[in-house]
Amino acid sequence: MLRRKGQRISFFDEMTGHGGDTRPPYRDFCDWFEAEDVARIQRKAQQAEAFFRTTGITFNVYGADDADERLIPFDVVPRIIAASEWRRLSRGIEQRVRALNAFLHDIYHRQEILRAGRVPVELIARNEAFLPMMMGMDPPGGVYTHISGIDIVRTGANEFYVLEDNARTPSGVSYMLENRETMLQMFPELFAKIDICEVSDYPLNLLKSLAACAPPACGGTPTVAVLTPGIHNSAYFEHSFLADQMGAELVEGHDLRVVAGRVAMRTTRGYTPIDVLYRRVDDDFLDPLNFRPDSMLGVPGIWDVYRAGGITIANAPGTGIADDKALYSYMPDIIEFYTGEKALLPNVPTWRCSDPEHLREVLDKLPELVVKEVHGSGGYGMLVGPAASKKDIAAFRKKLEANPGNYIAQPTLSLSTVPIFTKAGLAPRHVDLRPFVLMSPQGIRITPGGLTRVAMTKGSLVVNSSQGGGTKDTWVLED
Amino acid sequence: MLGKTAGSLFWMARYLERSENNARLIDAGFRIALTRSSTAQAEWRSVLVTAGQDQLFRDAHGEDYSSSRVVDFMLRDPANPSSILSVVKHARDNARTARTYLTREVWEAVNTSWMTLCADLKRQVREDDLPDTLTTIRQQSAQVRGAFAGTMLRNDGYNFARLGTFLERADNTARILDVKYYLLLPSVAHIGTSIDNVQWETILRSVSAHRAYRWLYGAEISALKIAEFLILYRQLPRSLAFCCDKMNSNLGWLHRSYDEEPEAARMASSMCRDRLSRPIQAIFDAGLHEYITEFLSANAALARQIERDFRFVE
Repeated sequence: MLRRKGQRISFFDEMTGHGGDTRPPYRDFCDWFEAEDVARIQRKAQQAEAFFRTTGITFNVYGADDADERLIPFDVVPRIIAASEWRRLSRGIEQRVRALNAFLHDIYHRQEILRAGRVPVELIARNEAFLPMMMGMDPPGGVYTHISGIDIVRTGANEFYVLEDNARTPSGVSYMLENRETMLQMFPELFAKIDICEVSDYPLNLLKSLAACAPPACGGTPTVAVLTPGIHNSAYFEHSFLADQMGAELVEGHDLRVVAGRVAMRTTRGYTPIDVLYRRVDDDFLDPLNFRPDSMLGVPGIWDVYRAGGITIANAPGTGIADDKALYSYMPDIIEFYTGEKALLPNVPTWRCSDPEHLREVLDKLPELVVKEVHGSGGYGMLVGPAASKKDIAAFRKKLEANPGNYIAQPTLSLSTVPIFTKAGLAPRHVDLRPFVLMSPQGIRITPGGLTRVAMTKGSLVVNSSQGGGTKDTWVLED
Repeated sequence: MLGKTAGSLFWMARYLERSENNARLIDAGFRIALTRSSTAQAEWRSVLVTAGQDQLFRDAHGEDYSSSRVVDFMLRDPANPSSILSVVKHARDNARTARTYLTREVWEAVNTSWMTLCADLKRQVREDDLPDTLTTIRQQSAQVRGAFAGTMLRNDGYNFARLGTFLERADNTARILDVKYYLLLPSVAHIGTSIDNVQWETILRSVSAHRAYRWLYGAEISALKIAEFLILYRQLPRSLAFCCDKMNSNLGWLHRSYDEEPEAARMASSMCRDRLSRPIQAIFDAGLHEYITEFLSANAALARQIERDFRFVE
């Protein structure tokens, strides 16, 4: 069931290569799996689902009735990464995050990279995520991207690409942690048998990392709080999970107000100042006085407190320019510009449709490409050429011609597969990986592994949970 | 802790207590309706009045107080904000808001209780399944209580939730007395009408105390004794005196841990002193109905004061 020898498959499967022998990182797991009773695993998989439900690890789907909290499907077969593979990945990720942070600092200060002509000025000037108010502002500790998620895909034994940088408020880390917890509960024997890197210290590291970025106004132990839009937000579970795990307060806009030059939360004893706010709301909603006046989610006046060094906002406002998909195509240059090194992890080749020549090429081979909105996320509003109907492609072509600057295109990658557990045995499904990266003045810390998202439908390349994707526990093996 | 979180814990506990109390009211109403078909409609109406749902019910169903209508309305009507299903949903929403202050055990018990009720109350409950359903509701609530008692830190959050429980419970017991007070008026007994045992039992069942009463007072059923039992008997966990003692001690804890005495603490201790430290005869002499009305409004004022003192809302 595990192997299909002699039947070479076109995708790179992380367990069997191209359908050959079990690759080394998976050997111990496969030995265990083959000796296991399939019915037992099936039973455990059902228990896992019940466990996720009672724990409330659900997400809300926008537009759906709130009784309709959904589970993200969880698959019991882990995604396994060898120690040597991880070393290589983490070096590349660290380099990238360092460059992103340097880029943000530069853009909001001297803009050397624009003067050097390495990144076109319009890309910043016309970027909605660019915040002129951040010009000349030094965020506490010099950190912009306290938390980032770098999406990585694999296409072969030695081929990894960065697909996307998430520098605003990457989500999914709670699934990474709960997936591990679930595996530990279901199959403790595996963890006794195989040496797997821990992930459970993420919340503590997050707390330390945030506390290390406390603002000048902080006296004593920094007070950290998580700002959520509320229980109806699709990622509310994660917000409360992280606050709980850090021992930090989970606040909403209406719990906060500016008191004596500090942002303070309404406690049962009165207003208490907050030093570091890990916000899970967008820039636009942070401050109705300075940004969107109709926002009910933010804190009137927080911006002025921020500028005066009264609070740290994580991630810093305005980091969104760094995870723009049009900017993404310049990342190799950006990395080289700030680190003096070539990018360790390559980008996926990208056509910028704003460029007439690129656009022509894209329109020519639209059925083979993946086209994404520059500011889109969550797998919404994208075209996967090979999977789309003629009608879809024609419709997309119109959108593309009408507003080319809004799109980028990439070749359809042969994403690697990892088997999932199905009634009929193991079956390969496409995956990606989102490692989570913490940055503070004390350094960069990457949790081994990250969140593996898996397209549960056979052949599908879309792994987003909003589009029916699932998740897996991700193991990085100890040396 | 955040004022909002304190408020969520308080309301989570109130709603959980309310669901259990309403299950008990339905149970008592169902029993008397079965045995007395002639007055069944009147009994159901008094159950609805006690639960504060009569007006809503009449708006939706007019004067048709049939068992199946009333039970369905009280159990699972989503348009009824006090139906058990709505109340448990409110409890869960509050638990989600206060999630960071709850242990995993408490949260899972609340969440499981909501999921179980959603499944059990998906369809109208058949009359012969009703006792089972009501048992499930009580069991779920016992599980939450057990997880809460067994795993929560004894900090402010704990005390806010306990305040919610006892405030709601005192309110419930007082409402039962308010609706049935006429049965307890000495004038009725004095006139020499035969004591209506079934009615007494309904009152006692509504607070799960019919056996306790027997143990305590034996076969002697009198209005005075029942009123004394439900109002002043400090060992009965649903008596007004018990609830007030508890609120007094929860607020006392908060007083000790906060710098100044909250106004609510003063109110609770004066409730205990002025209303619950006099003999039952004195209460009857001054007028039972008036006493209960005053108690209900003092209890509601206490709830408002707690909300203010601890900044539940801005």
